[in-house]
Amino acid sequence: MSKSSITKLLDAKGVRHDGRKFNELRPVTMKVGVLENADGSAYIEFGKNKIMAAVYGPREVHPKHMSVPDRSVLRCRYHMTPFSTDTRKNPAPSRREIEISKVIREGLEPALILTDYPRTAIEVYLEVLQSDGGSRCASITAASLALADAGINMRDLVVGCAAGKIEGRVVVDLDDVEDKEGEGDMPMAILPNLGQVTLLQLDGRFSRKEFDEAFKLAKDGCMKVYDIQRKALMEKYFGAEETGEQ
Amino acid sequence: MSKKSLVVEHLKRAQMLDVLTKGVRLDGRGLLDYRPITIETGIIEKANGSAKVRIGNTEVIAGVKVQTGAPFEDTPDQGLLIVTAEVLPLASAYAEPGPPNEDAIELARVADRGIRESGVVDLKELCLVKGKNVLAVFIDVSVLNVDGNLFDAVSYAAVAALLSSTMPKYEVTAEGVKDTGKTIPLPVKLTPISITMVLIGNTIIVDPTLDEESVMTARITIASADKNTICAGQKGNPGGFTEEQVMLAIDTAISKGEEIRKMLKKSVGHGKKQK
Repeated sequence: MSKSSITKLLDAKGVRHDGRKFNELRPVTMKVGVLENADGSAYIEFGKNKIMAAVYGPREVHPKHMSVPDRSVLRCRYHMTPFSTDTRKNPAPSRREIEISKVIREGLEPALILTDYPRTAIEVYLEVLQSDGGSRCASITAASLALADAGINMRDLVVGCAAGKIEGRVVVDLDDVEDKEGEGDMPMAILPNLGQVTLLQLDGRFSRKEFDEAFKLAKDGCMKVYDIQRKALMEKYFGAEETGEQ
Repeated sequence: MSKKSLVVEHLKRAQMLDVLTKGVRLDGRGLLDYRPITIETGIIEKANGSAKVRIGNTEVIAGVKVQTGAPFEDTPDQGLLIVTAEVLPLASAYAEPGPPNEDAIELARVADRGIRESGVVDLKELCLVKGKNVLAVFIDVSVLNVDGNLFDAVSYAAVAALLSSTMPKYEVTAEGVKDTGKTIPLPVKLTPISITMVLIGNTIIVDPTLDEESVMTARITIASADKNTICAGQKGNPGGFTEEQVMLAIDTAISKGEEIRKMLKKSVGHGKKQK
């Protein structure tokens, strides 16, 4: 990791090292339907995070004995390219990536109606082309867009956003520097219409009160990302001018 | 995923939901009751610290080894603390030898976060020569018998082993770092406690058995460092929680955590006296 030259994560006025306020997200853009071969795909830029998501399926399960008689098997692989980090990342899946793949899959599953596709597999591939803190939240957001683009029956979209703690202050959406030098990170993903929390992780130290603040900031952050997410989906299927929300 | 029969799973779920609505569980426990917990420490002579924890039929053993090592580049003045966890092939009919699967990796990583992130050991006290020699504390936990709630069993065993652990006393001389042959207690500052809850139907219960885990929709593990600080959290399994349920889980983790913290400290204290 390159040693950052930043000494203060928050200045006297409460402005963060990249100029954001405590409740301000990094710039977010999303695009649906970006890969030719995949059944569904999406691309997200969340600050410096650049992530490609693709969905294949429902399709035959390989190996066959893994198929389930009453529903589809959801599979998910979160992977970082070797050039996505400051120092080259070994391309083999790390324990971190295996764990993140699992929590993303489990965060997506409540949104999907898997019983509509018995004896099939739905595969979600997430490739982090560049990472900058908060990549699992950006990934799950892109994954749910790709699933919608693939035409999988869904109860809701899934949208992710983290909150964390820097210099004793709870803020939304940590970037890489804030994540490494801050005191805590809490990634979260929700089903915005069903009011369900489907991904929640926490590390660092939070008091009960700080947890409440972090939860609220992450939830509000999710709702802001959800707006952009919905527009991206509308843009592909109805064209930009018909979203009516410009 | 262990191979389970769908029919049994569906039947069990119906039966379990039925009793849960009455506020009891199939084994007669209340919703927020743990199974009996036993903690023994000092059972492995060759380890610096060790503990065996049983929660009902779930059984795990933890050992602490302290040795010298090199610090990480970005923290030259801090020692290392590493927690690993493994489900041994002898622990269940469904466990297999070989590289850890994603469940085992999640288990180890969540236990590691709950302990390391709490600041349980002051890592600066483990520094011998800045940038060169530090002490590395390895806490390795092996699961011996699986019957649900491995997350808490692993966490209690790791903490109990740490609390009962010593470390070799080193001297820094001109020639380098020398083992004096003496031991001193490990500088443990806190007692982080993890509480695992699962959602079955609309009911949250603590300390799920394997049967309960097979029908749960979602799981959440929250670790607290003391009665006012949450230090780790992980939602697991395909399923979601409402905001109210998350808040209930946090409150439960804090109050239940305080109860278990007292119990754990007491058990470790007894173990020390017997030595």
